[in-house]
Parts: sequence; C-alpha cells; structure tokens
Amino acid sequence: MDFAPVLHGFGVVLEPTNLLYCLIGVVIGMLIGVLPGLGPAATIAILLPVTFGIEPVTAVIMLAGIFYGAQYGGTITSVLLRLPGEASSVVTVFDGHAMARQGRAGTALGIAAIGSFVGGTVSIIALTLVAPLVAGFALDFGPPEYTALALLGILLVATISSGGRLKAVIAACVGLLLATVGQDGFTGAERFTFDNLSLADGLDFVPIAMGLFGLGEILYNLEERHRAAQAPVAVANVWPSRADLRQSSGAIGRGSLVGFVLGILPGGGATLSSLAAYALEKRRAKHPERFGKGAVEGVAAPETANNAAATSSFIPLLTLGIPANATMAVIFGALLIQGVTPGPQLVEQDPDLFWGVVNSMYIGNILLLIMSIPLVGLFVKILKVRATILAPVTVLITLIGVYTVRNSVFDIGLVIVFGALGYLMKKLGFDPGPLVLAFVLGSLLEESLRRSLLIFDGDATGFFTRPISGTLFVAFLLVALLPPLRTALRRRRPAAVPSETATQDKELV
Amino acid sequence: MTVLAAYLPTPEGNAAFTAALAEAGRRQERLVVLNTPREGALVSADLADEDTVAALVERATAAGVDVEFRQEAHAGDLADEVVRVAEAVDASVIVIGLRRRSPVGKLIMGSAAQRILLDADRPVLAVKP
Repeated sequence: MDFAPVLHGFGVVLEPTNLLYCLIGVVIGMLIGVLPGLGPAATIAILLPVTFGIEPVTAVIMLAGIFYGAQYGGTITSVLLRLPGEASSVVTVFDGHAMARQGRAGTALGIAAIGSFVGGTVSIIALTLVAPLVAGFALDFGPPEYTALALLGILLVATISSGGRLKAVIAACVGLLLATVGQDGFTGAERFTFDNLSLADGLDFVPIAMGLFGLGEILYNLEERHRAAQAPVAVANVWPSRADLRQSSGAIGRGSLVGFVLGILPGGGATLSSLAAYALEKRRAKHPERFGKGAVEGVAAPETANNAAATSSFIPLLTLGIPANATMAVIFGALLIQGVTPGPQLVEQDPDLFWGVVNSMYIGNILLLIMSIPLVGLFVKILKVRATILAPVTVLITLIGVYTVRNSVFDIGLVIVFGALGYLMKKLGFDPGPLVLAFVLGSLLEESLRRSLLIFDGDATGFFTRPISGTLFVAFLLVALLPPLRTALRRRRPAAVPSETATQDKELV
Repeated sequence: MTVLAAYLPTPEGNAAFTAALAEAGRRQERLVVLNTPREGALVSADLADEDTVAALVERATAAGVDVEFRQEAHAGDLADEVVRVAEAVDASVIVIGLRRRSPVGKLIMGSAAQRILLDADRPVLAVKP
C-alpha cells in the first residue's frame, strides 16, 4: 500500500480552513446529538446549502464531523436525563442513567467519551487499510455489478430499517419512482413532468432531503413538546477510575469490532451496531443481571460501537458510491452537489478529498474527546431552549437555505410538500430513510440496469453469467426471500420469544 | 381551604416556602406547593429536582403540615397558572416570593409577581428573601 497520499491527506486536514470546519462540524454534531429529535441526517440535510460555497473537501469534512459528533452528543442526554438524543444512544439509557442515579454520571460520560474515541480511531485505521482495497476491487465493476449492488443496498436498508419491512419497501419504491421524474437519460423522453419546466430536470435531491428529514422531523417533534421538563443536573468527577477502565476495556474492544463490521453493511449503521454491541456484552457477561443497573460495560460497548459504525459507514460510500444508511445518502447528495461522484475512482482521482476526509476524522475525534468532557454542562443548556423557539428558527433556516441553492421558489414548495410527506410518514410508522436512499440510488440503478441490458442484448439472465453480479444477485434473492420463508416456518412452530432489544430498534434520523 | 405557595428553586422561592409553611401551620390548613416550569423545553431550571422536593416535604412534615407538590408544566403565562391553581385548590392565601427588579427591568421583562397581585381574587402574601 502506498502511504504517500495518506500522509498528504494530513496536509489537507491541517489547512486552517479545514481545521476550522472540522471544529464547526463536530460542535454542531454534538449540539444536535444532545437535542432529541433533530438527528444527523436532518441537520446535514438542512446544512446542505451552506456547503455550496465551500471546497468539496472542506464541506465533507464538516458534514462527516456532524455525523460522528452526534454520536458523542447523544450519550450526554441518555446518561443525564434518560432522553436519548440520538437513536444510536437508546441502549445507553439503560445503564448510563442507572449509573447517573448512583451518582456516577461523570464516570459514565467519561467512559462513553473514551470508548467513542477508541472506537472511532480503530475504525478510521481499519478504514484507511480496507478502503483502498475495496476501491481497487470495485474498479472492475461494470454496469451489471452496480445494478446488483444498488438493488442489494436498497433491499438491505429496507430490510433492516425500523417500522416494518413492508412499509420500508413501500417507501423505497416511492423513492425509486421519484427518481424517474424528469428527462430519460437514454431516449430524452420526459417522464412525470406534467409539462412543468421545473420538473424537466427531475427532482433535486436537496429539497427532498431537506423536506423529509428537516421539515418532517421538526413537525413531528412539535407534537411531542408536551413532554415533561426535567430539573437540570450537575455533573462532577468525570474521569473514570482505573477499575472502571479495566472493566470496560474488553467491552470497548469488542464494541469497536462490532461497530466497524455492522457500519459497513448497508442499513447497519450506528443504531443497529449499538444494539448489537449491548446485546453481545450482556450475553458474554458473567453476571448479566448487572446490566440495566449501572454496568460500565453497558455504556462502553454501545457508545464505542456507534462511533466505530459512524466511521466505517463511509467505506461503502467512498469506495463503491453506495450509501449505507440515510445519513450517508445525504452526504452522497452533498458530494454530488459539489460535482464529486463517489465511487471506486475517488481514491485514485481525488486522493486529496478521500484522504482529507478520512484523516479529518482523527482530528475530529481528538477534538470531540477534548470537548465532550468539560463542555457537558454547556451542551445540556441547549435543552432549556423551548421547542416554540427552536422549531420556527430551524424551519426558517431550512426554507431560506433551499432558496439560496437555485434561487427557485419551486424548491421551497417542494420542501414543504416533502416536509408534509415526511411528517405523515413518521406518524404512520414509515421510515423516510429508505425513500431518500432509494431516490439517491434510483438514477444509478436505472442507468446501470439499462446499460447492462444493452450489453446483454436485453437478456436478463446475463446478470447471472458474471461472477460478481451473479453472487450479488443470489445474495439479493436470499435477503428478499429469507424473511418471508422464516415467518412461514415460524407460523408452523409455536412463536419464538422475540429478543428484548428488538423493540428498541428504532432508526431516528 | 389551603395555602398555595408558588415555589422556584431560588432564594425568593425558599422564602415563599418558609412563609407559606408558617402560614399553613398558623391557619391549620393544607399546604399546596406549585412548582411549574414552562412547557416546551426538555430541561428547565425552574423545576426543583427530587432531592430538593424531598427536603421540602420533610421540612413540612416536621412542622406538622400536610403538603402537596404540583410540578406539571404550564402553557402560557405563569401568573395565570398560579391564579388558576389557587382557584382550583380553593386557596385562602397565595404566597409568592418577590425579587428586586429595577423600573427598566420591569418595563422590559414585566413582572409575574405584580400580575399575580393584581389578578388574584384572594389574599396574596408577598415575601422577600
């Protein structure tokens, strides 16, 4: 492996502008991590217009900072207030808040920060080693492979997502349908444009993401503002003792591994990996009954895993051009806006961007570790802001932001329409994640599908004649057919006991 | 009949609680402590935490006064809420704590205490820390 571009990437990160935006990104990330409701996907979507005027590297460094910074921030409210600020911190509530009740809130936060730092760093190192290999492998991919990959990605996200598989598949299909609006790239025919000039170029990604995630999320949260307030809490004694560190070191190690692996998988992401890491620790523990009553491992494992996953979910995006979860889909959109097409050629063609972003995560994690502990009190203060103030300001920023992108009032209308759609989807238990992901992948899927059908002369069995696309399609069929088969089998046998973590599996974006 | 104390975890609030406790003992009435944050925020500095509430309840019990704590969030104006609760619990007196506020400060910020004094249809006892 050639390390010269890796080192050069550090040069890119250490430019003052990039350092500044990295800092801005992680601070925003922590802030919105603390705020329940506003997740990283929503924030990145709202901030998409801001990234317009800045360099692509700088923009992605900031957006990535928001994503992994949010994983740190979510812990704070989980531990102190029993309010998971982020979906990926839901399991931290069990032991984190129990520790806080025992007067060990500081220890829980300290362990979480250290675990997050270790998990993030381990994941970046693995990313540095793995990503070029994957990209090199993917350079041979042709249209059939991309078809298979895009299909598999959409399906996996739909399968793993919350709110029922059927609903997720429906959302994904709507996303694919929306992706077909506009001019057909091959024949030039207009589709679903209703003779409207604004639709001739197809729907833009920015208003859709801003509407579904930004506006939809805000509307949905306004409903929950009657949640009872809590008294502020003081935090003292943040440094974990040596015994706590020794006790949680194993959990941190395993959490890093679980997080890294699950983060790469489409649909995995931070939430799933934190659940998996918690379940793993509970199963491995000699005294599982300690969990839920303030076990240090119960904080260390999920917090490590969600940070590791947040980092490793950049691998499929930066090497294959396939976003692994909703937040990555928004970052994918940000890259497209900047004129950068993520994919296997990125490492070779734009090493500054690739390594700049990867290496910025080291800096970002160090910044977060430094900030997270002393500034806890400051971040909790933001919870005192009432929703009646926060929501209108956010909506205003969203609408002004989307207008500045193309100076188009039509886009404002789109945001409002998709905001209403996002709100209704959330209310009816649909996850907007698969919709956005399918929309992003839709054009890629259509283009590569039609291109490969041209290669195969319209013979669909051609997909199975190529080894990689064949394997991917078999995997696709397995993922598609296995769950219905299993339910059919289970119906014959008495119902199995569902795992207790399954109920917590809620992807909040 | 009850004694209603509008409580905040501040010196003024503590003064109000102390005065209300004495008043409830003197009148042989139940003490209702209203500690209501404004709705909408997840954390409110106006809300007393569990330890403070427990300590206050203990003080009341030691003084032989029956005490009830109300901590639900309120919408709209605090003064309206106090007056409303006073009616609901049929308070014979409302006890509030006053803080010093300059004329300019009062012009800008208004004064919840003044509104309670003017709006309430029953005696109000205003105390200072």
